[in-house]
Amino acid sequence: MGTIIETNNLRAYYITKAYGVERTVKAVDDITLRIQEGEVYGIAGESGCGKSTLLRILLGAYQPPLTVVGGEVIYHLDGEEMNAADMSEEQQRDLKWRTISYIPQGSMHVLNPVRRIRDTFHDFISAHRDVTKKESFNITGEYLRDLGLPEKVMASYPHQLSGGMRQRVTIALATILWPKLIFADEPTTALDVVVQRGVIQMLKDVQQKEGSTLVLITHDIGVHANLADRIGILYAGKLVEEADAKTILENPRHPYTRYLIESLPSLDSREERLAIPGRPPALDRPPSGCRFHERCPLAQEVCKTVEPNLIEIEPKHFTACHVVEEELNVAV
Amino acid sequence: MSQSESHDGSVDAPLLQIENLTKVFHIRQGFASQDFHAVDDASIIIDSDKPEIFAVVGESGSGKTTLAKMVLGMESATHGILRYKDRVINDISRKEMKTWFYREVQPVFQDPFAAFSPLKRIDSYLYETAQNYKMVADKKETPRYVNEVLSGVGLTLAEIAGRYPNELSGGQAQRVAIARALITKPSLIVADEPVSMLDASLRMSIVNMFRKLKEENKVSVIYITHDLATAYYTGDRIAVMLRGWIVEMGPTERVLGNPLHPYTQNLKTSIPNIRSDAAWDEKIDLAVIETDEYTRTGCKFAGRCPAVMDICHDNVPPTLMHEGRSVRCFLYDEEVDAAKKKALTPAAV
Repeated sequence: MGTIIETNNLRAYYITKAYGVERTVKAVDDITLRIQEGEVYGIAGESGCGKSTLLRILLGAYQPPLTVVGGEVIYHLDGEEMNAADMSEEQQRDLKWRTISYIPQGSMHVLNPVRRIRDTFHDFISAHRDVTKKESFNITGEYLRDLGLPEKVMASYPHQLSGGMRQRVTIALATILWPKLIFADEPTTALDVVVQRGVIQMLKDVQQKEGSTLVLITHDIGVHANLADRIGILYAGKLVEEADAKTILENPRHPYTRYLIESLPSLDSREERLAIPGRPPALDRPPSGCRFHERCPLAQEVCKTVEPNLIEIEPKHFTACHVVEEELNVAV
Repeated sequence: MSQSESHDGSVDAPLLQIENLTKVFHIRQGFASQDFHAVDDASIIIDSDKPEIFAVVGESGSGKTTLAKMVLGMESATHGILRYKDRVINDISRKEMKTWFYREVQPVFQDPFAAFSPLKRIDSYLYETAQNYKMVADKKETPRYVNEVLSGVGLTLAEIAGRYPNELSGGQAQRVAIARALITKPSLIVADEPVSMLDASLRMSIVNMFRKLKEENKVSVIYITHDLATAYYTGDRIAVMLRGWIVEMGPTERVLGNPLHPYTQNLKTSIPNIRSDAAWDEKIDLAVIETDEYTRTGCKFAGRCPAVMDICHDNVPPTLMHEGRSVRCFLYDEEVDAAKKKALTPAAV
């Protein structure tokens, strides 16, 4: 098992210029990721921290004002190494859905409201493979059965399905060509808990059946806890912590990750939980030094001026925090 | 804040009285028409002397929002009793709706950015509401009053003065929406999914605020949500809705601490728990087509209930009092043969 997609010091900014005023929003700033084949990699963070921007870059689906200003994205597919920036439009189109797929958030807007589900599936399959309508219906029927979706769905229109079923149909649609690499952007947000559980179950099924790689983006740590193998925490366009899911949930080191996890309510207690103070910084003028220092309870002088590096504090557990680094140095 | 007296002077009347409330929509498909009970036989009483947070939870399409709309007078009830301070909400005149009812009952909606016009400064909503409802005797006093209300939600007038909605974060905008609801000093706030658009980290600040409003301003809140964790955290009482029915209702700690209805148990085990390794093992069934469940003759949950009995398919279960809460399920009906009841093994309950 090797790396399937990697980024090296990726920087992607939104650069706009209106009436001579230039504005640069540093949505993704110096991110290095190695996503392994067959793993579920979770990306977590508050809204406005660059999660969706990162996803767009990884997918290669971006256009100005979003610009990659530094670093690179490399796919390792079919034994070949491909730099996303060098690919032609045709190559990209060929890759999409068949090898790299994407599960969007709002399933209501994805399915064509005036076509039956099976016709949408046919449109989709026939765009990539030479199939007759009957063949694609067969493929669809079989796939839906495999995933435990009732066959009734095929003849329905999107509005007839419940929200959870619609989202699962969307997932089936995105994965019917057995892609190797699946990106999911907030696949369960705005669904209620029971439906969310059903959707997570299905994502797991799909991922395990073919051993595909799943990159899961959501702000809901509870979803990560149930699905992800490794989790990366983004804050203000930076990767601030990365480790396997268990470590992140049980032994988070970065103060921001701790806040994220401690602020979650649960059925264990009704004790008052505190929200994270302040709000995420605006990314056109990110704070100096550590970007979290304004909200951090542990902030020190050094945090205001010097940007912390992402360091390996224990095997495969990376954190970017001066305070943690210092503790580590003292211990050694 | 002064608790305004009941309109007709009676003190004992509950703040909100809902009895056997039903809302039927007709769906037409060609020549066929179908009745669709969005809210079916709901009964809830909120007392006037003791402010509380009443949580209503359930999946999408369970009738939560229809219930809220009826309480807000935006949707008329098909039958049943719906009274606010002993006045039938549907009978209140349009004029009085404006001058009295909306002073007393205020909504907070899901999407704060949809609640405010993007072309209007956000503080103008606060000023206008204060002036329309004559909350201050002297117009010059308005900024001071607005600032006072804003401080109750953790904001200051200086922070939001002259700003447009897009200049605020989601959490801030939702706070302003709540401040706008508080301007009229209401006795009841109906909050329909007020935190589901917000990040988990911001949710707590809004939910904590509802707690504070209840304690300090004596405001009762109907908190509608699909997020069980925050409902458990804030709610004094909770009603669990399923396809228009209230399947279980009672004190939050009892209902979520030890759920009796199979659907509530299903809900509880579905909350992602980050504090244990227990990922879900057993598979669950989901509804395929919403209207199928709505039009079911027996129990609405029969199609995916792990403890389903023969009787459930054709008969409507009664609402029973059991262990200090009401539950709508044959499992707790003593007249049903005990042998037929499958033992429920509520995993992780």
